Amino acid sequence: MSDLIRLTAAETAAAVASGAASAVEVAQAHLDRISEVDERVHAFLHVDTEGALAAAAAVDSARAAGATLSPLAGVPLALKDVMTQKGIPTTCGSRILEGWRPPYDSTVTARLKAAGVVILGKTNMDEFAMGSSTEHSAYGPTHNPWDLDRIPGGSGGGSAAAVAAFEAPLAIGTDTGGSIRQPAAVTGTVGVKPTYGAVSRYGLVALASSLDQAGPCARTVLDAALLHATIAGHDPLDSTSFDGPVPDVVGAALRADVQGMRIGVVKELSGEGYQAGVQQRFDEAVALLTGMGAEVVEVSCPNFPYALAAYYLILPSECSSNLAKFDGMRFGLRVGEDDGDPSVEQVMGRTRAAGFGAEAIRRIMLGTYALSAGYYDAYYGQAQKVRTLIARDFAAAFEQVDVLISPTAPTTAFKLGEKLDDPLAMYLNDVATIPANLAGIPGMSLPAGLAPEDGLPVGLQIMAPAMADDRLYNVGAALEAALLSNWGRPILQEAPSL
Amino acid sequence: MSDTPSITRADVAHLASLARIDLPPESLDHYAEQLAVILGAVAQVAEVAADDIPPMSHPLPLVNVFRTDEVRPSLTSDEALSGAPSVESDRFRVPRILDEA
Repeated sequence: MSDLIRLTAAETAAAVASGAASAVEVAQAHLDRISEVDERVHAFLHVDTEGALAAAAAVDSARAAGATLSPLAGVPLALKDVMTQKGIPTTCGSRILEGWRPPYDSTVTARLKAAGVVILGKTNMDEFAMGSSTEHSAYGPTHNPWDLDRIPGGSGGGSAAAVAAFEAPLAIGTDTGGSIRQPAAVTGTVGVKPTYGAVSRYGLVALASSLDQAGPCARTVLDAALLHATIAGHDPLDSTSFDGPVPDVVGAALRADVQGMRIGVVKELSGEGYQAGVQQRFDEAVALLTGMGAEVVEVSCPNFPYALAAYYLILPSECSSNLAKFDGMRFGLRVGEDDGDPSVEQVMGRTRAAGFGAEAIRRIMLGTYALSAGYYDAYYGQAQKVRTLIARDFAAAFEQVDVLISPTAPTTAFKLGEKLDDPLAMYLNDVATIPANLAGIPGMSLPAGLAPEDGLPVGLQIMAPAMADDRLYNVGAALEAALLSNWGRPILQEAPSL
Repeated sequence: MSDTPSITRADVAHLASLARIDLPPESLDHYAEQLAVILGAVAQVAEVAADDIPPMSHPLPLVNVFRTDEVRPSLTSDEALSGAPSVESDRFRVPRILDEA
């Protein structure tokens, strides 16, 4: 039953629960799909066939024994390779962690396992989640299922491509500056960055600790909500985990009603640099929201033009500190130990030069510079003040409106190689997603259509106040239903067959 | 736009040494060029008048988070050492840490 790969996560869970399909059949169908297409897509760095089938068999046994299944039991999922999974290779897309098998599960991994979610394998990513194209993976790029010569976004290009290519109905991503939302936008899928602190970072290999947040990747808003509800919630193992109730995201996705809501279009996230077809699909979505009874107004966030600059000081600073632990002493690669009688510092230097790729090295050096004596106040200190102003812009905006919207990314998927050696051009892909990370608020990207000029997916971003993640799902599901009714079928059915 | 910082080959070598990255000499010029471009762009933060604005290091208003001090299960030493490049007598084995050979 190859149609099993076309089901949504909600439909899959229902099929498993009712006995219409076994979890093992579902897992096998996805493993077969991976065998069939992943040589071309390269969404996965590691496929855990044995583990996936064992997890699926456990779900089937539980059902046979009459146990109550959780809402995602038996649903396959692709896990971004930045999340630890006990005994399974975890590389973060880097040579420096090649062959490392973590001795523990991340909290997200543990919650997925406890919910009977079937983890198929680990997905490709830009090295340590630094990039917008997945080209900075040490293991080669992932290809966009819509056009294999184009980027799938990044850093979570593997997770988004796996979902778009029907290799998995669900995936886990992590979003530091847009790494869930921008890949969702360019692959025609749904991706959500929850409120900072909503999902535990325990076992998420840190890039920038004050920005990183794990979240769901899916093909529908409801599926994303089901996964969000499964992984969110307080965790004593993460001291920055938010200790409060998880908003009812599933209820919000089922409600899908924007009647009377106030929706703000961010003035600063449009215009120059935004592709015409991206803007056109965004404008059409605005009209749909108005037609459904929402009040749409323009809102100004005057400090947003400085968000990118602040981010590319704060992120490298935190990254240079977090990546210091990869020194070849306790895990991962060690290089040059036998060449002469080197000191520990020489071995660290050789290991890090051999283990890190160019983008990781650029950002580590940039952070080292921004934090060094004499530059700290002008760079890192000033960037932190700008961060306060961005958060204040959001606070003022959310006094006027319930949610904010913008295009997720300024363009559709670009060609592989196009921006690889032009870091600044690459950074501009994140211009619309970064403000939410700086302020810690939640954001969602969902497909808004195909750009007329290139036929590639366009993403629309919704942003809500902290801990009001449910609003994303309410508005997203309403817009998704209206768009689907216009299109007649899900957007991924327009993608060329692989 | 603020002054574009000039980043020399020697600056890159110094940063790389602070960051413990043994860069090949032939890569220094390319990194110098790219870092100068990036720093020139991010220096834009200086345009914002923010003297009286408090810095924000974190999105959550958390100061300290405490838990009770109780014994809990943890990794065994075998598990903790399982990914180590080199192990000796139940410990991480590292190259010499002092300068004298």
